[in-house]
Amino acid sequence: MKKQLLRYPLLAGLIVVLAAAVHAQQAQRIVSLVPALTEMLYAIGAGSQVVAVSSYDDYPPQVKSLPRVGALLDPDTERILSLTPDLVITYGSQVDLQAQMRRASIATFDYRHGGLDHILTTIRALGQRTGRNAEAQNVISGLQIRINAVKDRVMGKARPRTLLVFSREPRALRNMYVSGGRGFLRDMLVVAGGVDVFEEVGRESVQATTELILARAPEVILELRPEIIPAGAELDEEMKVWARLATVPAVKNKRIYFITGQQMTVPGPRVADGIERMAKVLHP
Amino acid sequence: MNIRRRIATVVGAFAIFTIAVLVFAPTVGSTSISLRTAFDRSIAWDNNVDAQIFFVARLPRVLSGALVGAALAAAGVVLQALLRNPLATPFTLGVSAGGALGAMIAISLGLDLGLLGVSSVPIASFTGSLIAIAIVYALASSQKRGLSTNVLLLAGVTLNSFFSALILFVQYMSDFTQSFRAVRWMMGDLDVGNYVPIVAALPFLVCAFAVFAALPRTLNLLTMGEDVAAARGVEVTRAQRWAFLSASLATGAAVSLGGPIGFIGIIVPHIVRLMVGSDHRIVLPAAVLFGAAFTVLCDLAARTVMAPVELPVGVITALIGGPFFLWLLVKRS
Repeated sequence: MKKQLLRYPLLAGLIVVLAAAVHAQQAQRIVSLVPALTEMLYAIGAGSQVVAVSSYDDYPPQVKSLPRVGALLDPDTERILSLTPDLVITYGSQVDLQAQMRRASIATFDYRHGGLDHILTTIRALGQRTGRNAEAQNVISGLQIRINAVKDRVMGKARPRTLLVFSREPRALRNMYVSGGRGFLRDMLVVAGGVDVFEEVGRESVQATTELILARAPEVILELRPEIIPAGAELDEEMKVWARLATVPAVKNKRIYFITGQQMTVPGPRVADGIERMAKVLHP
Repeated sequence: MNIRRRIATVVGAFAIFTIAVLVFAPTVGSTSISLRTAFDRSIAWDNNVDAQIFFVARLPRVLSGALVGAALAAAGVVLQALLRNPLATPFTLGVSAGGALGAMIAISLGLDLGLLGVSSVPIASFTGSLIAIAIVYALASSQKRGLSTNVLLLAGVTLNSFFSALILFVQYMSDFTQSFRAVRWMMGDLDVGNYVPIVAALPFLVCAFAVFAALPRTLNLLTMGEDVAAARGVEVTRAQRWAFLSASLATGAAVSLGGPIGFIGIIVPHIVRLMVGSDHRIVLPAAVLFGAAFTVLCDLAARTVMAPVELPVGVITALIGGPFFLWLLVKRS
């Protein structure tokens, strides 16, 4: 009888210890140096666990009040340590910072850019690390539903060969960097019903010369810009520079589009917005 | 041999080589085109891809390569003679660093002051060069009378480091894509995409080359020392002033057109000297021609070797120029 009475407190104690252990595994004080992953944390409801972000973070708006601890090239190790985080989200290339965190027994989550699938697996992994498995799964399902809806909508339609421009000099076709058949932006283009005109190069970005663009003859030119270009003289000017490449079908048929806004270039939970906007342009 | 005949033969040979390169270069590239189609006037411009590749992509690129190469090589010859220093380059006196700083500022501020179809980066770069020239010139001519080549050299080198520090600062403060564009600009790029930047740079280059044409005899005397030159009737200060200003102007215009493409300004003058001796009446025109051909050939390699992936032309000039120069050096000695 006595023995049996003792059993329950023991069990309860075990549960408490186990729960504490699991809780310890789940990060409660997170420093995120990767803006895309900060967005993911907020999307899966782990925003309250974020204690500091990188100097480039500005989405969602809540992050603006958080302390800044540097970024890819200049992480402020001292400040990070002073915030006593239990998880630091770093880029895979920040090996020095990772080593320092290891010495301080602080866990890191090492992120590298990948394709569209990688965004979903990263959200899932963050869910596990923050104890938000269910919310992460919800976000992933939501994204998958929207991605599949776009896929269904463009299925069977002719897929235009598209030049996806990341950056170039203003008012000139110089120093132009475009998608080269790899990475999440190229994946977004494919889901949205386009074909990367530099598909076979197999690099995240290539420098496109005027000769290459003339030779590849893209049917659509899609320029991604993080900054908003106001419609009017400036946008007309930027459109006009393409007129020089008169044989390019996209130029002939006036299928040059600017998609602006930061959400286009951040590999986070807003990718579905980007895909939908691309699809709208490619298949109006 | 009579010096005139020697000039004519040597310069003629270089001219033939350069013309051959200039004719050959636009016919090859990352894509194969039919020249017959390119020059076929019966096909509408909007439908003639080969003509567009030839006239819009390749020809401006070859022309800008030739101009940049000729300007940097000539500026190298002039500055090496003026400073009596074989290590002098067009980038020694801070002109290119000023140009680079201008370009960096334009890139990282996203400046948009496009004028008459020229984009903001070349304009800012040329402005930066002019400011650098003005500062170095003012410093070098502030002492007593005349132009001190010692002060010129020291002021130039110091200004170079100072501007380089500012460039690093501007780069550090800008975001990743801008930093990347800035770094890429520093490697040199001749894909100008149309003729407007070339036409814009041309007046400055023409002025500089007009001065170069009058310099060779003076440079020969200056290399023997200022006293000797003065004794032989050279107005030393005036000659130095013109040499510095023309070489700097050529450098500034070249950098604004193609970026600070390294190695041309030091390697080409030395290669030419190893081939034809040290008489500036031959060296200067030969360097102009060889600089043009060398740069166009390096750019040809840049756009074809790894096609469709483009290599920076500055990397090629160093990769080809360095070993070639060392080989020539060993072979000669």
